[in-house]
Amino acid sequence: MSFMVADNMIPAGNYYFSGNEAVAEGAIAAGCRYYGGYPITPSSEIMERISVRFNEVHGVFMQMEDEIASICSVIGAVWAGAKAMTATSGPGFSLMQEGIGYAALTETPLVIVDLQRAGPGTGQATRVASGDIMQAKWGSHGDYQVIALSPWSVQEMYELTIDAFNLAEQYRVPVFLMGEEALGHLRERVEIKATLQVFDREKKKGSPPFGTDRDDGIPPMPAFGEGEKLLVTGSTHNERGIRKTDDPEAHSRLVARINNKILTNRDKIIQTESLYTDDAEVVVVSYGFTARSSLFAVNQLRGEGKRAGLLRLKTIWPFADRIVRELSSTVKKLFIPEMNRGQIEGEVMKYAACEVIPYYQTDGEIIHPYQIMKEVGRLV
Amino acid sequence: MARDLETYLRPGIASTPFCPGCGHGILMNLILRAIDELELDMDEMLFVSGIGCAGWIPSPHFNADTLHTLHGRAIAFATGAKMFNPKLKVMVISGDGDLTSIGGNHLIHAARRNTDLTVICANNMIYGMTGGQAASTSPLGARTSTSMDGNIYRPFDLYRLVLGAGAPFAARFAVTQPVSLAKTIKRCLTTPGFTFIEVLSPCPTQFGRRNRYETPADMMKLLMERCISKDEAARLSAEELKDMIVTGEFTNEQP
Repeated sequence: MSFMVADNMIPAGNYYFSGNEAVAEGAIAAGCRYYGGYPITPSSEIMERISVRFNEVHGVFMQMEDEIASICSVIGAVWAGAKAMTATSGPGFSLMQEGIGYAALTETPLVIVDLQRAGPGTGQATRVASGDIMQAKWGSHGDYQVIALSPWSVQEMYELTIDAFNLAEQYRVPVFLMGEEALGHLRERVEIKATLQVFDREKKKGSPPFGTDRDDGIPPMPAFGEGEKLLVTGSTHNERGIRKTDDPEAHSRLVARINNKILTNRDKIIQTESLYTDDAEVVVVSYGFTARSSLFAVNQLRGEGKRAGLLRLKTIWPFADRIVRELSSTVKKLFIPEMNRGQIEGEVMKYAACEVIPYYQTDGEIIHPYQIMKEVGRLV
Repeated sequence: MARDLETYLRPGIASTPFCPGCGHGILMNLILRAIDELELDMDEMLFVSGIGCAGWIPSPHFNADTLHTLHGRAIAFATGAKMFNPKLKVMVISGDGDLTSIGGNHLIHAARRNTDLTVICANNMIYGMTGGQAASTSPLGARTSTSMDGNIYRPFDLYRLVLGAGAPFAARFAVTQPVSLAKTIKRCLTTPGFTFIEVLSPCPTQFGRRNRYETPADMMKLLMERCISKDEAARLSAEELKDMIVTGEFTNEQP
């Protein structure tokens, strides 16, 4: 199975969308036809737009009783054949974690938009943060991998939502769009094309749904109602879904495969963007909304003749370990501005050969471009 | 004759995991009997279960699509599958702890929405798989591993809970009433909307041994003595009804 060209569901052209509206349109374009959700600031507009637009594209919208029910209904719908999603913010993302682990172990492709707000706890519900980066990686118990994307514009809220569905289907894995409050509520021009590339899950009648000899480690995925007599379970299972809860070899093999199918393909999955990194002394490693401020700061510093550069992580998980390692061998310092207490800084430090300088801001405000200019200006 | 139902079991399944004297095997038999008598196509059915002994009734035993979910969440998973593919006939089979305690919110909301599901709650009045802790369905005074001096909280009255949440149909039977129970399972499978059956199923291993029912047969006898029909109940005084379990089919029109 490979990518196919699909017609878009809305006329091509330029639209003036909020980030949340762009997510809804990206999901519909990618083929999402089930949404289970629960209201939460600042992501509710995604659900509101879906509830209207699904009437036009014959999707199934369910407002569930809580976020646990939302993620579980999404998993049920996916096994019934849907491309499906939910959207939430920190507290709801926390509630979904058990379901995320179930989706990872059962290799259920789905998309969760986590529009991050200032935590922990109820925190500042209407304020911005990127505090859920590590939760996206480690939120559920046990060892598993996910894919997490970090958009920086409303255009990318649209495009990376499409990418999220394609990656989920391609790798049979939960994919997170780690937006931030500021991006969900920002309005910008979005260019929508007449067609797009979509990936539909591979089916192979009679093929084991939970095991494969293929190098990529991704088994084909049937659906309920196709006569396959599926056994889907969140317990350790063999390639046919039969429980193997006391077989060390079965557990080891399954856990290794659901991790390796992402990690061994990470060079294909990971997207980054580099600017002025070839001759830079200091490179700002940035993601999400903060990368907008970082871009402005780096351009200003270059205007002043200072050799600053930018590495933008569009994919957060799996982490761009090789890219960071290579970059760190050619620059003097990496500067990591984050709307959290250093969640990506720690990851960069695992791989960087040079000095890593963090900048934390957890006040519910975006990081101002001049703040990054000031900090990086001192380092160059 | 009884072996005819083996065609509904997944090939390679040799025995059930249930303890001697457990009622879940009887319930498993009656569900398959109802499906057989209705001549339903197992390829159009989806069985969803949660965590606990009763979650094993369909998974892995039934030779059909089965979804063995997280603890408490079977109805939420089932809702997504049914709403996306309404052609699936979806039956949720799980235990009292799973469906009414950790999953209680999903139960009342599916009842409120009248989602087209048949939910069978195998009620053994205790957490069996985890070692016999008190449940939201344990009777007052019941001794459990977390209430050795007797349970001090009232149990849920499940059919009333579900009807109160808006379900059009709910029923209660014990596995000691197999003919009525099979008939009601058939009724649920042919009635659109949310249908619910509480099935009293004895757990001699965890409940019986802590509550002085010396043998599995004692628990079966207890159910046979105490379970009475709605009509019988109508003839009894409040005092006579005190220790009885009223069974039958109940609808919202007939409170």
